[in-house]
Amino acid sequence: MTPHPAPEAGPFLGKLSFDALPFHEPILIVTFAVVVLGAIGVVGAITKFRLWGYLWNDWFTTVDHKRIGIMYMILGLIMFLRGFADAIMMRLQQVWAFNGSEGYLNAHHYDQIFTAHGVIMIFFVAMPFITGLMNYIVPLQIGARDVSFPFLNNFSFWMTAAGAALTMISLFVGEYAQTGWLAYPPLSGIAYSPSVGVDYYIWGLQIAGVGTTLSGINLIVTILKLRAPGMGLMKMPVFTWTSLCSNILIVASFPILTATLTLLALDRYVGTNFFTNDFGGSPMMYVNLIWIWGHPEVYILILPLFGVFSEVTSTFSGKKLFGYTSMVYATVCITILSYLVWLHHFFTMGSGASVNSFFGITTMVISIPTGAKLFNWLFTMYRGRIRFELPMMWTIAFMLTFVVGGMTGVLLAVPPADFVLHNSLFLIAHFHNVIIGGVLFGLFAAINYWWPKAFGFKLDVFWGKISFWCWVVGFWLAFMPLYVLGLMGVTRRMRVFDDPSLQIWFAIAALGALVIAAGIGAMLVQFAVSIWKRKELIDESGDPWNGRTLEWATSSPPPDYNFAFTPVIHDLDAWYDMKKRNHDRPVAGFRDIHMPSNTGTGIILSGFCLVMGFALVWHIWWLAALSFAAAIFGAIWHTFNYKRDFHIPAATVIEVESARTRQLAAGA
Amino acid sequence: MSADPHAAHGQVHGEIEMPHASMRDYLVGFVLSVILTAIPFWLVMERPLSTGATAAIIMILAAAQIVVHMVYFLHMTPKAEDGWSLTSLVFTVIVVVIMLAGSLWVMHHLNTNMMPQVHDTSQLP
Repeated sequence: MTPHPAPEAGPFLGKLSFDALPFHEPILIVTFAVVVLGAIGVVGAITKFRLWGYLWNDWFTTVDHKRIGIMYMILGLIMFLRGFADAIMMRLQQVWAFNGSEGYLNAHHYDQIFTAHGVIMIFFVAMPFITGLMNYIVPLQIGARDVSFPFLNNFSFWMTAAGAALTMISLFVGEYAQTGWLAYPPLSGIAYSPSVGVDYYIWGLQIAGVGTTLSGINLIVTILKLRAPGMGLMKMPVFTWTSLCSNILIVASFPILTATLTLLALDRYVGTNFFTNDFGGSPMMYVNLIWIWGHPEVYILILPLFGVFSEVTSTFSGKKLFGYTSMVYATVCITILSYLVWLHHFFTMGSGASVNSFFGITTMVISIPTGAKLFNWLFTMYRGRIRFELPMMWTIAFMLTFVVGGMTGVLLAVPPADFVLHNSLFLIAHFHNVIIGGVLFGLFAAINYWWPKAFGFKLDVFWGKISFWCWVVGFWLAFMPLYVLGLMGVTRRMRVFDDPSLQIWFAIAALGALVIAAGIGAMLVQFAVSIWKRKELIDESGDPWNGRTLEWATSSPPPDYNFAFTPVIHDLDAWYDMKKRNHDRPVAGFRDIHMPSNTGTGIILSGFCLVMGFALVWHIWWLAALSFAAAIFGAIWHTFNYKRDFHIPAATVIEVESARTRQLAAGA
Repeated sequence: MSADPHAAHGQVHGEIEMPHASMRDYLVGFVLSVILTAIPFWLVMERPLSTGATAAIIMILAAAQIVVHMVYFLHMTPKAEDGWSLTSLVFTVIVVVIMLAGSLWVMHHLNTNMMPQVHDTSQLP
């Protein structure tokens, strides 16, 4: 249902016309004005302080895995604020639209909001956050100078950013999909969604998907090929292990998403009938395919955070991780099992008892290795000298929250129960319980844990604790009412309610969302205050938490080359082992270090892809062809660029390392 | 892994491991491929066997052909790349089999149960 009938496609601008701008939506006009003013402010400030050169040379074109990791985190944070704004708007609408009121959002706008919320939170918040984290930490943990393919890393980041940009453009030019975050046909087919919303969805995800797949390949090769001498697979830190499994899942499952969305695009663009109701198409096949990707995807998100919790628990309990081997095997089991459960997302589609019971049982089985992990963390804490720093607080909050989410998941895995709860708010409460309680709390633990490594100063504890308590309390307030509502039969994605007795639960949930908003605000204040007080919070040692893994062996922030000499590994907790044996930091004998050069190719190629995506959305064929050709020729041209590496001269290494020696001496 | 611990890790060029291929491998692979392709052609053109047996043999030879390609052209021996080639192959096969077999199973059920002609729910599988 479009507010205006779609105009005829012209040869020059395709379907794009003045009508695509949302002048009929006052909310969007105000948002647009704010965004434009903000953008003018940022661009003006960058120009005034002459930062363009710095940004371009040191950040946008960088191939340093650390800077790319930080850029991923910033992208995730910006998109998180957008996704959360959507969440607040939904909460407000649902608490408002009672007693005959229609709320403040029309159906067209509301449907876009819940679609955008889901897509953005999964693809442009959770994925950039975990990719950024893995990018930053994995090479340091295995003693490498960079990832295996540094240019590809930069390109992957910019492709993800281009996908996010295309999704954001849909807010002000045209519209976004009104289909829910997985865009099931036939609703997402051309017959029922004739406008550009689903096209924005398809091309945003396809462009970002290229980046995700390439970064998955990159990190797998990095972990398998670039480990420091002596670091066998079973001496790899757990975070590196879980990152490896997560990236294997990415490489094995994202092609399915790409293929499925390509088929949907063919249905929409050239009139094929893969997923239509008639001419032999089967919309059920889309649901089947998208969940073969979709279920591994949730493990892609959570596995790296399981690694974070392992590192944090072990460090802050002052003990070796309990059951390292079982942790590794549990991770590998989850990797395989995550491919065997996809049907539990559509028990109600009509597969019959034998299929449903098979997938119900596999779903319950997959909770066993996850449970084993929880016991490992508990036994690591048992008789440990626990320090309740912020990362540890987030970890404990995770354990308490995630177990509840896991148990409601096992409830949903029982097919007869799922027939009652399918697509209800119970399901919404369940997956927010595991994604917020698992993925987000894990990210906050990771940010508080590794921030000092990335920037050389700790995060402010006072604001961190305020953020922590607001988040935890807000989460329980916001989502427990949804369990209740779901049990009472309220379905997801509702815009207006008839039964006034439900309103109180939505009011509690809205209150919870506001408390979470306070938690997000406190976290932004925490970052600002920490940067402001960085002199007081400084960490000279490079090892503020008495860490155990290799990333704490370098300075904070690490030098460009990470390690002047590649360390040799003798034990699982390599840095703890080095400290125990009174390892001497090498102070002489430095040599030139071979490093990859920065290149602007990644951002330029992604820019072409962004233009191509926009052109495809609006059927501007000449521009799509032109930008596609430009991207292909740009990639070929880049292969002839032989100026792709340089040597950091030994003199520079000596300078950096002597400064580090003085810093350590001053600290000691 | 380079023996020299000072060498750069991000190997931009040089030191790229090439698979150990020889002319003999390629020739053996080529001859085997030709034989495995010629037999199905002959079976289909001359029809010495029943249709069912012909189809079965063609499938088996096709699978053998895949193995020949992987061993002689892609050099996927158990030892290649420290065993990672084989490991990733096994993982890929597991995932592909799960996806194909699972999709066929699921979609067969859905087709049987959910297409318009079915009304008698007691006969659902």
